[in-house]
Amino acid sequence: MTLPYTHMLFLAILLFMMGAACAMTRKSLFMILIGVEVMLNAAGIAFVAAAMRWLDMNGQVMALFVMTAAAAEIAVALALIVCVQRRTLSTNADRFNLLKG
Amino acid sequence: MTLFNIIFYIAAAIVICATGLAITRQSTVHAVCYLVISFMGTAVIFYILGAPLLAALEVIIYAGGIMVLFLFVVMMVKDQQDPRDKPSRIKKWLPALILAGISAVMAGMLVFADPGNRLRPPAVTGTPQEFGRILFQEYWFPVEIASLLLLAALIGALYLGRRTGHPEDTP
Repeated sequence: MTLPYTHMLFLAILLFMMGAACAMTRKSLFMILIGVEVMLNAAGIAFVAAAMRWLDMNGQVMALFVMTAAAAEIAVALALIVCVQRRTLSTNADRFNLLKG
Repeated sequence: MTLFNIIFYIAAAIVICATGLAITRQSTVHAVCYLVISFMGTAVIFYILGAPLLAALEVIIYAGGIMVLFLFVVMMVKDQQDPRDKPSRIKKWLPALILAGISAVMAGMLVFADPGNRLRPPAVTGTPQEFGRILFQEYWFPVEIASLLLLAALIGALYLGRRTGHPEDTP
């Protein structure tokens, strides 16, 4: 009944890279946010796996704080998207190239 | 190969497949639906790794709260298809590839610096009682900071989302 720690780390790294690729290459603001969410989720998996590895609850507490930060971030980001979409009628990140418009 | 391993690898495969499908969809609604599946799989992984409270919170907060909020906003906002919204060219992938290379090297270093650590997962390590005791005894200050962060996010979201009198702001 054993699980290699490296496999969990590989899972977290793979998820993080998938999220980073999504955040960097997609142009829709929603898809960028989804990429950020996937990255935060991968960080949570890494924290919980480390908590398991060293049998230390602090990692799980950190994963809870990551979740809190993700919730706050998504609320503000969605409000920003709604705000910016009212002005430009678009959610394409390439459209937002005017500082004062 | 025990039941724990089998469940872990199945959940990991589901998470990776669902995330891969989510980040490649054109439709945002489909992407969010796949992401919900991915978060459910993550909750299973959390439970296997001895964090039952975090597994429940993952389902309630991530899959239940954040993704539903996301879905509401996606359906509320008119997302017109833009002809300029083409997939990126290979030149734009270059920084991503460089970053992926650096991450892969760092991941390899992490893995080889700590090889062969096989965990022995007990059924449940972190009971909610233990979790809450550590959270509110040792981390009471970060909890207060987190509550301030959530309050600031709430006020900020309300401020940004309000309707102003400008005609250009009305949809």
